[in-house]
Order: sequence, then structure tokens, then C-alpha cells
Amino acid sequence: MMALRTEHELHGRRRSRNVGLLVVLLAFVALIFGLTVVKVQNGEGAALEGFDHQARPALLPREEGVEISPSRDPVAAPGTPAAEQGARTEP
Amino acid sequence: MADTTTYETPGEAQFGDYVALLKPRVMSLVVFTAFVGLIVAPVHLHPLVAFCSVLFIAIGGGASGALNMWYDADIDAVMRRTKGRPIPSGRVTGGEALGLGLALSGISVMMLGLSANWFAAGFLAFTIFFYAVIYTMWLKRSTPQNIVIGGAAGAFPPMIGWACATGGISIESLLMFALIFFWTPPHFWALALFMKEDYHNAGVPMLTVTHGRQVTRRHIFAYTLVLAPFAIWLGLTSVGGPIYLTAAVVLNALFIWRGWQVMRRTDEQSYGDGHKAEKSFFKLSLYYLFAHFAALLIQHWVGV
Repeated sequence: MMALRTEHELHGRRRSRNVGLLVVLLAFVALIFGLTVVKVQNGEGAALEGFDHQARPALLPREEGVEISPSRDPVAAPGTPAAEQGARTEP
Repeated sequence: MADTTTYETPGEAQFGDYVALLKPRVMSLVVFTAFVGLIVAPVHLHPLVAFCSVLFIAIGGGASGALNMWYDADIDAVMRRTKGRPIPSGRVTGGEALGLGLALSGISVMMLGLSANWFAAGFLAFTIFFYAVIYTMWLKRSTPQNIVIGGAAGAFPPMIGWACATGGISIESLLMFALIFFWTPPHFWALALFMKEDYHNAGVPMLTVTHGRQVTRRHIFAYTLVLAPFAIWLGLTSVGGPIYLTAAVVLNALFIWRGWQVMRRTDEQSYGDGHKAEKSFFKLSLYYLFAHFAALLIQHWVGV
């Protein structure tokens, strides 16, 4: 009778492939994480923000000689603290 | 139940076989020239972004190597130099190589777009297409000018590196392209001169097979003459300087001189001394390209 084997011999034969792939995938994850940190720190994340957030004028490249000051009659987004404190929510 | 063997193959494919599909030796040239193109560009990149960009260019180059091995498995099986490659030796199936090549092509292009810019990514996609389709599938088997035009694929990496930093093309990156583009034919023809039987058996229309060896010798010398002005011109642009120019003048004089020697020889002399001059020309051509790009790098660090 054949002894019970806990591991199929296929796993042994393919060990180098599996370990190699594991290392490659882990390195890929680390690389993407590092790249993300760098991109966000360099301010390139702001460019991506426009896709899924309301565009903020503060993110646009600054023009020479143009002063950006707070609006005298601000409009608050519904549900924000400003709206709850009584600012108007309709433009 | 007895031990089951899932299937019999001539040796299980190991991780290294999949790495071999990416042609690591060609990749090292791609990495080096792309790195130099990226570093000498006038725009500074964050080191990690630069590292990732070069890595993804290298993976793209490797992917096109895998596609080349998938398509050329029949040729590789005949040539002595290549019959130990993973597909002809039976360790990796053609389908696996095709899958790996396509997957890595997609990943490398998308990741280069995200890490650098989409112009560079498009350029990389074009390079992979050029090598895998235009060169491998079309030109290699149909014309003796195969490596002249196919050499463009190997000449694109420094332009892609430059594009990663600047987002565009300029005279410096075009001249780096020209340097590799005109270097490739004499390099491979010298190889073909002492590997003649190989290409002949495989039916690849190398110049040595279609037009004869004396014509090939003349072509080698002619290309060393065409190459020199571009190499020197690069030294007169914003990336050049006295160090690069000195290296370029010396290397090109040497290259032309050795090319002249190869042209003046007959086949009897060549077979007589075991292709000594051809082999030393081939070796010089390797140093030639490496030294030019190394000189660009040193020139950049020293300052113009």
C-alpha cells in the first residue's frame, strides 16, 4: 500500500515557478504603493481628484496677477457643516 | 492507486525558462539605453518614477522578445545558437509564450502610461508592435534588409526614456535613435559572417545568404561611415560635450578602421584564421555602443 503523501510531487516540481511568481507579485504591489506615495506627494494626485470630486479652483494652475479671495456670498454643498450653519445651498 | 504523473515533458519549465523568454541579454541593452535617454533629458524625474519607467520599458522589450520566440520557434529549432531556447527545447509551449508576451505587453504599456506619461506609453506600444509584427512576422523572413529596418525597434528605447521625462521628441533623442539604428546592421552582419551556416539552414534571408559575403563586408564598412557623423553630431547637441565628443571621435575612428579591415579580407583569409577580424569587429561593436551611452551619462553628471 502506498504511503499517504501530504504534498503532491507536482508542487515540488513547480516550486521555483510558484515562489518566483510570488516574489514578482509582491514586488509589483510594493512598486505600485511606492509610486502612489510619490505621485501624491508631488501633487500629481490633485490632477486625478478632478475625475471623481467636484472640481476645486484651488487645484487649477495659478494665473499671474489674479487674486483668489473668498466669495462674499458663498454657496455651500448640501449636508456640509457650512450648510448646517445656515449658508445658502442654492446658487 | 499508484503515484500519478500528470504528464511527461522534457523537464518541467522552471521560473528561469519564463525569464529566458524575455531575452534578458537584449533587455540589458534596452535598460541601459532607456536609462541614459531618461537621465540626460532636461526634465528631472523622481528616482522611483524613473526606476519604474525604465522597468516598464524593459518589461515591454521582454514582452516583444517572448512574442518573437513564439513566432520564431521553427527558426530557433534549426539554428545552433538558439535551439536550446525554452520553446524549441520543449520546456515551454508556444501558447504559453504568446500569452506571456501579450499579457506583459498590456501591463507594461498601461503601467508606463501611469508612471510616466501616455505619449511614452504609446511609443512603447508602437515599439512592441514594430518588433513583434513588422520585424518578426514580416521583414525577418522576407528581405535581406530585415535587420536594417528591424533595428529601429532596438533603437527606440532611448527615445522612450527621453519621452518619459520630457513627454516628447527632440533632436537629441532622434540622434540617439540614429546611433543605434545605424549601428545595428554592421553589428549583426559581422555576427552573420561567422555564423553563416546557421542562418542559411534556417532559411532566414540574411545579406550573407542572399548577396554573398563580399557584399556584406562592403555593407559593414559603408555603415561605419554613415554611423560616424550621427555619433559626432549627437556630441554637438545639448547632451554632448568634450567628454562625449572625445569618446565618439576615438570610437568611430576605431570602428571605421576595423570595418575597413573586415572589408579588405577575403573568405579564405577569414576561414584561415577562424574569422578573427570579424569576431573582433563584433566585439568592438558591443563596446562601441556601450561606451557611447556611458559617455553621455558621464558627460551629464560632469556637466557640459
